[in-house]
Amino acid sequence: MTTALATKPTPVRVPRVRLGRILSYVLMIGATIVWITPIVFTLYVSLRPYSETSKLGYVSLPRSLTLDNYRQAWTQSDMLHFFLNSVAITVPAVILTLFFASLVAFVVAKVNIKINVVLLILFTAGNLLPQQVIITPLYRLYLLIPMPTFLSDSGLLYNSIAGLVAINVAFQLGFCVFVLSNFMRTVPDEMYEAAVVDGAGLWTRYWRLTMPLCRPALAALATLLTTWIYNDFFWAITLIETGSRRPVTSALANLQGQFVSNQNLIAAAAMIVAIPTLVVYVLLQRQFISGLTLGSTKG
Amino acid sequence: MASTVTDAADDAAKSPVTPRRRRYRVGRLSRREILLVLLMLAVPILADLAFVWGPAIASVFLSFFRWSGVGGLELRGCRPAGGLLPDNGCLTGGDNYSQAATNYPPFWPAVEHNVIWLVVFIVFATPLGMLFAVVIDRGIKGSRIYQSALFLPVMLSLALIGIMWEFVYSPNYGLINTITGHNQNGNLVDWLGDPKLNLWAVLVEATWRQAGYVMVLYLAGLKAADPSLREAATVDGANAWQTFWRVTFPTLRPINIVILVVTVIESLRAFDLVYITNRGSNGLELLSVLVTNNIVGETSRIGFGSALGVVLLVISLVPISIFLYQNFKRKADR
Repeated sequence: MTTALATKPTPVRVPRVRLGRILSYVLMIGATIVWITPIVFTLYVSLRPYSETSKLGYVSLPRSLTLDNYRQAWTQSDMLHFFLNSVAITVPAVILTLFFASLVAFVVAKVNIKINVVLLILFTAGNLLPQQVIITPLYRLYLLIPMPTFLSDSGLLYNSIAGLVAINVAFQLGFCVFVLSNFMRTVPDEMYEAAVVDGAGLWTRYWRLTMPLCRPALAALATLLTTWIYNDFFWAITLIETGSRRPVTSALANLQGQFVSNQNLIAAAAMIVAIPTLVVYVLLQRQFISGLTLGSTKG
Repeated sequence: MASTVTDAADDAAKSPVTPRRRRYRVGRLSRREILLVLLMLAVPILADLAFVWGPAIASVFLSFFRWSGVGGLELRGCRPAGGLLPDNGCLTGGDNYSQAATNYPPFWPAVEHNVIWLVVFIVFATPLGMLFAVVIDRGIKGSRIYQSALFLPVMLSLALIGIMWEFVYSPNYGLINTITGHNQNGNLVDWLGDPKLNLWAVLVEATWRQAGYVMVLYLAGLKAADPSLREAATVDGANAWQTFWRVTFPTLRPINIVILVVTVIESLRAFDLVYITNRGSNGLELLSVLVTNNIVGETSRIGFGSALGVVLLVISLVPISIFLYQNFKRKADR
């Protein structure tokens, strides 16, 4: 292959490289514009008064811009309540997922037990199933499991915040076990040998030695999980019946119905719901990306 | 801290190259330690079995029953139709499957839409994401900006994406129709309402997000690839196109498989976008929506919904097996 290429006259390549450069810029600048347009356009609609856009359409020069849509969307929809639901689901779910996943990952990566691979396959494969494969039996199961009333006033796992936390934890465990066990494998075994010599027990090796070393991976996964669980739509739609108990992402579907006559309010509501993810995007983008790629690039 | 993460990711990516030392042995675990290991594993394993694998297996089991969810299940054949009420909670064998295939109008359209979804992801979204990654990786000016912009949709929830695009597609006021002059009542193009168009319109939204996702995954793979190979190819006179296809691409086999798996799984999971657009009806039927309709709707048909779920399960086992084989075969090789 190389000999055939080497015989090619070199001068021909120079203009091609330049053309390639130009094409690259055209592609990337074009794509960037296409990619941000829907978001910028929604932002634009959300800032314009309904009275104006109903006459001129969305694609028109603004006579006035206002934050009034945001105020209205916030107050008329009880958005704070939905945000608190999201917090009540996301925070415990992220902490529990990371804690349980790190336990399994530690055992799989650093304790020699015979079923390591089986465990890893069990968790990894479970995370790859489409949610709809399990939803029908899961829905029936949620109707069967009783809950103390201080956790769920329906008295069931169904239609309760605790139920949503449970499924998010169970479903995300697989991915985190996979990522964390791969990460823990990169910790040199000598450190554990030294710890054993110093008399460190199993728990100390997990909690005092492994967990601090995993901080970067845990931070990346926490960013990823927070975004994913906050963004969850499917579990909340199927496992929460009462609209007022839904987290904010799935409550959007109801708001769409409520504001159907005033699209500018929907745009404002959508932008409000996007704020937490946009904050993560601006501040923690690298963490998010490294969480994603930790799951894909290591063997 | 962010840089440590990426370093760690890079190290991890390179680890197959460095020879691995033998695993440390703690010797035999004491009885207390065995108990501790069991305690550590108990809750996560129980959660995974009860909420993920249990339901997955139960859906296979339930798919052979006719059950409305009311009353119990009995291991007996269903009485032939004819009574006042159809028999309930009884075994129907493969009836749910044959009904889905022959007597359930949305089934085949949904299968077709899922296939179209997958094909668009494979021939369009994924290559587009890979192209973005390759161009960014070659280091053009402003690559940071492009990368951030293209990645933005990956952070947003699909429900939100569906809502944002409604402003782009809106028949009277939307961006596309206004610019192309199709916003008068005589010549409206109803992108999301017309069953001949709406699947494609929604697929543009899905591609918009998926390409960014693939781009990030692929960029990580490219960064971890050995640069000396590429340099050697360039020295030998290969152009960029040849270098990519003959040198870089083959060395990225593991990440290519991850991306293939992600692509297939994501197209089977597709749900949020069509649900937020029109609840997955009128041209936007997908298998995932049909499953959901049969449990949450007024007529809950647990057995039938499970059968549809099993169809999804069987299809998804293909990419899952590929991924597991790829991943754990390599581990065993080391």
